[in-house]
Amino acid sequence: MISSSPSTSSPWSIDLLLRCWQRLAAAVAGGVLLLLVAYLIAESLPALMRIGPLALLTDPSWHPLEGSFALLPMVMASVGIALLAMALALPLGLAIALFLTVYAGRRLRAIYVAMLELLAGIPSVILGFWGLVALVPVIARWQAPGTSLLAAALVLALMITPTIALLSHLVLRQAAQTHALTTAALALSHYAHIFRVVLPVAMPALASTALLALGRALGETMVVLMVAGNVVQFPASLTTPVRSLTANIALEMAYARQEHRSALFVSGLVLLLVAGGLYFLIARLQRGDKEQAPVESAA
Amino acid sequence: MHANPVADPAARFTGSNATGHSCAQSVPAADAAPALTLRDVTVAYHDRVVLRDVSLQLAVGRVTALLGPSGCGKSSLLQCCNRLSDLIDGCRVQGNIRVFGEDILAAACDLRRLRKRVGMIFQKANPFPLSIRRNIELPLIEHGVRDAQQRDHIMEKVLRDVGLWQEVRDRLQAPAQSLSGGQQQRLCIARALALAPDILLMDEPCSALDPIAGGRIEELIGELRGRYSIVLVTHNLFQARRVADDVALLWPMPDGSRLLEFAPRETIFSAPQHELTGLYLRGAMG
Repeated sequence: MISSSPSTSSPWSIDLLLRCWQRLAAAVAGGVLLLLVAYLIAESLPALMRIGPLALLTDPSWHPLEGSFALLPMVMASVGIALLAMALALPLGLAIALFLTVYAGRRLRAIYVAMLELLAGIPSVILGFWGLVALVPVIARWQAPGTSLLAAALVLALMITPTIALLSHLVLRQAAQTHALTTAALALSHYAHIFRVVLPVAMPALASTALLALGRALGETMVVLMVAGNVVQFPASLTTPVRSLTANIALEMAYARQEHRSALFVSGLVLLLVAGGLYFLIARLQRGDKEQAPVESAA
Repeated sequence: MHANPVADPAARFTGSNATGHSCAQSVPAADAAPALTLRDVTVAYHDRVVLRDVSLQLAVGRVTALLGPSGCGKSSLLQCCNRLSDLIDGCRVQGNIRVFGEDILAAACDLRRLRKRVGMIFQKANPFPLSIRRNIELPLIEHGVRDAQQRDHIMEKVLRDVGLWQEVRDRLQAPAQSLSGGQQQRLCIARALALAPDILLMDEPCSALDPIAGGRIEELIGELRGRYSIVLVTHNLFQARRVADDVALLWPMPDGSRLLEFAPRETIFSAPQHELTGLYLRGAMG
């Protein structure tokens, strides 16, 4: 479209200004990320040099004041909580997304989406609080003390389910609409449309949705801090109170000194590596997605 | 060119009941029942009438070009013929449409059977972003061809029909999107042919393709003539002149487009009944 605004009067200077501004913004965003990573590495180095990365894995316990820095139980706890939360939230979220895409009428869908958005918008501290006063006592009746890996996973699942449902719904709906006329013209059944066309086609995007949710679950601090129990130990069972990497940083950063402090930065670095790995995977998946469907993007 | 359209649809595949229904009643004869009959068809989206009182009779085995200015409802007319119009929000179809004598606007019409019988090719090639093989296989499985060997047989047959077999026989597992635009469109045609339709509705099948790929599709339409009754929406008058047996011209009026003229190609191009037809065909011919 040819604009009717008098931009021709000084196109050169406006363009230049715009270009400078954009470059500056991009440089700041990229620079902050680089600085952050550099800072994390710099702060982690003392621990990695003096304690050694092996000791972080093999030390018998986490007693930083006595020079014992076992991160492994907390890595296991973090991963365990996140995976269990995913195992609960993924089928639920996908089922909700399918329901919204396939079966819900327009009005029901609008109501549902609004509710999910509301649920997704609840601050995690409130979910954590609810978990602490409502969910933990229920688990405690079964297996004291109640604060546990299970409690954290349940609340986390509640937290990421709406995100998974909403994102998957968007993905599924787009695929369903794209192929609706084609499948109808070929007289494919509703079932075939959804399960043989839409789902296979949407799979890469659904996978990256799942990874996004996993990243969120791994990084969540407040919920886990409030309901997981914060005892540094290997998660022997579902009801074991555990401490995640994120909770560990939040709990101890205030008074940590020297190697202790550095060890906390190492746990931050580990988290960053895991999250970075996840995003790398997502990017790969999305690229694969585009390679598979270049026509979609060109149209 | 197959000037005399005689073909037995039942012989298209060895075992014509491969995909479930018999085509035997549609063997074309000079004065057999028309493939497609429209009587006083009016199409409206919500309250806006796009087509008014269109009546047409399409003979079996012929290629009918549907011409008209953009937005005059050619695609809408096409979509009524396989009831794809059902999927379009607020679309109402009135009148009478018969496919080989069967009233397809009736509530009792079996949509599955109808859409198998009346295949559709879209303007934009729309293979599923799955493998080439899967694109053909999926509709066949859905329509009850359980025998994998028979599916492979039909796949080879239809891919040969569209001239794609030599190009893809060694990479049937490759994603359909890895094909070129023209190849994708031919794959879509093969996919429609796999269901052994009697009628093919083609909505500007070449307009998104370069001239060479488009020319290949056009040739293909010529080859399919006689075996299928084809309705071809096109903006390309040269194309209409090259491939069509009959030409229908829709013309927009204030209260919805009407059928301005419907005649065999030679007649409509050389001696149009209507002044507008002559102007349109000549003007657009440059």
